[in-house]
Amino acid sequence: MSEDVWSERDTNPDAIEAALREMLRERHAANQALAPARVLNLVVVVDRAWKGEIANRLERVGRYHASRTILCAVEDGRDTLDAVAVMSYEDSPGGGVGVMRETVEIDMGPEHLTGLETIVDPVVVSELPTVLWCPHGHDDAVRALRGLTDVMLLDSDGLPDADEGLARAQEELKAAYVVDLAWLRTTPWRERLAASFDPPARRPSLAAIEGFTIRYQSSSTASALLLAGWLASRLRWDTRPLAATNGAGLHGRAYTTGSRYIDIRLETAEQEVPGLAGVTVKCEGFELSLDRAEGGLRAHEAIAGHGEHSWLVLGASRGEGGILGEGVRQALLRDPTYGPALDVARGFWAHAG
Amino acid sequence: MQSAAVATEVEQDNPLIEGLERLPVRPTALVIFGATGDLAHRKLLPALYNLAHEGALPERFEMVGVARRDQAHDDFREMARESIQRFSRRRPDPKVLTGLIDDMRYVAGAFDDDSVYEELHKVLDEFDERAGQDLNHVFYLSTAPQFFPVIAGKLGAGGLNRARDAETRIVIEKPFGYDLASARKLNAEVLDVFEESQVFRIDHYLGKETVQNLMALRFANALFEPVWNRNFIDYVQITAAEDIGIGGRAGYYEGAGALRDLVQNHMMQLLALLTMEPPSSFDADRVRDEKLKVLEAIVPPAVGEVGSMSVRAQYGPGTVGGKRVVGYHDEDGVAPDSRTETYAALRLHVSNWRWAGVPFYMRTGKQLARKITEIAVTLKPVPHLAFQSSGSVGVQANQIILTVQPDEGVSVSLGAKIPGARMRIRPVNMEFRYGTSFMSESPEAYERLILDAMRGDATLFTRGDEIEALWGIIDPILTAWHEDTMSPVPIYPAGSAGPSEADALLEGDRRWRRL
Repeated sequence: MSEDVWSERDTNPDAIEAALREMLRERHAANQALAPARVLNLVVVVDRAWKGEIANRLERVGRYHASRTILCAVEDGRDTLDAVAVMSYEDSPGGGVGVMRETVEIDMGPEHLTGLETIVDPVVVSELPTVLWCPHGHDDAVRALRGLTDVMLLDSDGLPDADEGLARAQEELKAAYVVDLAWLRTTPWRERLAASFDPPARRPSLAAIEGFTIRYQSSSTASALLLAGWLASRLRWDTRPLAATNGAGLHGRAYTTGSRYIDIRLETAEQEVPGLAGVTVKCEGFELSLDRAEGGLRAHEAIAGHGEHSWLVLGASRGEGGILGEGVRQALLRDPTYGPALDVARGFWAHAG
Repeated sequence: MQSAAVATEVEQDNPLIEGLERLPVRPTALVIFGATGDLAHRKLLPALYNLAHEGALPERFEMVGVARRDQAHDDFREMARESIQRFSRRRPDPKVLTGLIDDMRYVAGAFDDDSVYEELHKVLDEFDERAGQDLNHVFYLSTAPQFFPVIAGKLGAGGLNRARDAETRIVIEKPFGYDLASARKLNAEVLDVFEESQVFRIDHYLGKETVQNLMALRFANALFEPVWNRNFIDYVQITAAEDIGIGGRAGYYEGAGALRDLVQNHMMQLLALLTMEPPSSFDADRVRDEKLKVLEAIVPPAVGEVGSMSVRAQYGPGTVGGKRVVGYHDEDGVAPDSRTETYAALRLHVSNWRWAGVPFYMRTGKQLARKITEIAVTLKPVPHLAFQSSGSVGVQANQIILTVQPDEGVSVSLGAKIPGARMRIRPVNMEFRYGTSFMSESPEAYERLILDAMRGDATLFTRGDEIEALWGIIDPILTAWHEDTMSPVPIYPAGSAGPSEADALLEGDRRWRRL
C-alpha cells in the first residue's frame, strides 16, 4: 500500500473535503482506471488522549476496513480544528482495478460536538451508509450526528453498569440499526447452540429445556444477558427479572407458555479475555456444555442411558480486534434477532442491578 | 394447546438459526479419496483448515484420507499439516490446526480393493460410536477419473451409499467424462448406486464469488437485466487465459486438451449463468433447470460446421514474463506429433428468444500473454451520434466486464466528456473489486463448495442432465478435431494473445479484447 497525506492546522470541513477530492484527482491522474467502489463511512468520536489506542484497535480490524474512516478526537480546551487526511491505495501498475482507503483524523474541542454534523457531513462520502462509534460516550456527538447515522456501533459491555449499556442500545435502536459488540461476542455461542439442536432428533429438546447456565467474564455481563435474552426470545419464553447472587452473577426463572419453568443462571468466571466462558443447557435426559478452550470450544454432552461424550468444536478466537472488525462488517447486514434479545436482556436485569 | 403448538413448531424448524450468518451443518464424516494427491494438498486440506478456523465446520467433524500410499495415520497427519501450512490463505492458528489434524484418520489401499471399504466402514462406525449418533457421510472423489465408477461401485457394494439415520453424499471432481458417451456411462454407473440428490459434481468455478456475483449482478439490479438481451447486447467474449504451460501434467493434458480442460466445464458454466432466464427461486433445482434450458438452446455444430466456428492451436516457443519457454511439442511427455490443442476458440449461438443473433466468442489457452478469466459483454452502439469524434477516440460501445481471476470484480465502461471547450468523448471505466469493496477477501471456492456439499445444497454443483448437455455441445467439435488428422494445427508464439486464425471467428470489425 502507498499513501498520500494531507494535513492542516486550524482548518475547516470544506478544506478537508477539498483535500480528499484533490487526492482522489491526483490518484486519477496517476491511474485513469481508478474509480473506487466504496461501501461504508465510519465516524469515530474519541477522547484525544485515547486516540492512539482507538486508532490501533481500528488498525487491528484486519481486512474489515470501512472505505472512509473519520476519527474525531475531542480535546478539552481546544477551539480549532486540526486535520490529517491519509489516502492509502494499492499500486496497480499498468492500470487495472484500484483500491483505496481513506482516513481522516480531526482534532477538535468539546464545543464542536454540538454542531458536529456540520463538520462531519461535508467529509463523509454521500450516499454511503454511515456508521457511528463513540467508544468514550460523547452523547453530544451522538445527538448531533443522529440524522447522519445509519448504523450505531456500540458495546453494551463498555459501560460499568450492564443495564446502562443495554438501555443505551435500546435507545439507539429506536433511531438507527445497532451493531453491538457485546452481541457479537455471543455469535460463536449462538451458532454452536443452534447447531447442537439442529439435528431433527435433537430439536424436540428445545421445547424441553429445563435450565441453562452462562459463565462469563465479569466485564461482560451484557453479553451474558444478551445470550440469555436470545435463547428466551427465540424460544418464546415468558421471562421475569433475574436476582443478583452475592455479586457473582444472576439467577432466576423463565416460563414456557405451558407454565413449565426454566432455571436460568448467569455466573461470573475467571477469564483473562472479555466475553463468555461457557454455557450449559440442561434438558430432560440430556445436558450439553460448551466451554472456551484452546482451538475452539470444548463440548461435553451427557445423554441419559447413552453415556457422555466430549469433543472440540474447532474455531479460532477472533480477539477484540476481530470482533470490532466483525462489527464494521455487520453494518452491512441486518440481524432481526438482536432487538428481541435486547428487550428480554433488559427485562432480565430490571431488578437485578 | 399453546404448549403443544410451540413444541410442534420447534420440531419442524430450528428457531435458533434465524439471523445467523452461518447456518448449522449436520455432524459429518468427510472421506477424501485421493487424499495424498495434488488437489488435496493444495486446495482441499487448506480449505478444511480455513473452515475450521472460522468455526464453519460441523460441530462434530471427522475426516478420513484414503489413498494407495502405505503410511501410518501420523504420517498422513504430518502431510496434512505441511499442506495446510504451505497453501492456506491465512496463517494457521496452531491450536486450531492441531485440533483439526489430530483426529484425522488414514486408510491405505487400492481403490478397487474390498478391504479398503471394509476398513473404511469400520472407521466410520467408530466415528458414529464416538459421537453417539450417526454422522452424515460425504465421500469426496479427488482421484484420477478412471476410479470414479470403481469407487462409487465399491461404496455401493460395501453398503456405504446409504445410512439409516444420516445423509450420504458423493462429491465427484472434474473431469466428469471424456466425451458425451463416457459422461452418460459414468452418470449411469454413479446413479446405479446413488440417487441424483446424493451426487455433487464439482466445477470449482461455480464456487468463486464472482461467478455467483454474476447472478446477483443480473437478478438484483434493475440496471442490467432490461438490456440483457439481443436488443441491446452486440456480442459477448468469454476468456480464460493462462500464462503458464502444462507443467508436469503432460500425461493428463495430452489426453484432454484445452476444450475438455476448460471450455466444456468452467467456460460453459459461465455462459450458462450469463444467459439463463431468472430462476423462480435460488433452490438448487430451479437454478439448474434454467441452466439446462439455456444449454439445450445452444445448437451443437454439425461436424461440417466445426471448421468455421472453432479454432484450435498449440503454443510454440516464445517469451513469457521475460523468460524463454519451449513450445508444446518440446514439453516433457508430449508426443512429437501431438495434435492436442493448448488453445481453443469458439463462436456459439444461443437459439432462443432472448439471445437469437448474439454471438458468444470463447477462447482459452496456455502460455498466453497474461493470466485472466473474464466475461466481456459489449452493448450495441448508440443509434445516433450527435458528437464529433475528431480529436478523440470517440464514443465506444459500453462494455460490462466481469473478471473472475486474478482479481474478482466488475467494471463498466462509459463514454464521458473530456474536459475542455469541445464535446470530445472518451471511454472511462468504473471499476469495482469484489472482496475489497465488501471489506473481506473472497473465500476459496473449495471452502464454499465443501461446505455446501456437507450441507446438501447442490445449487453450485452440476446436475447429471446438465453435464450431458455440456458434453453435447462440445462433442461434435471433439469428434471433428479427432477425425481431422491432416490439416496442420496452427502454432502461436508462447507469450502472445493466441493464434491469428482465431480472429476469423469474429465477424465484421470486432476484435478480441486485449489480454
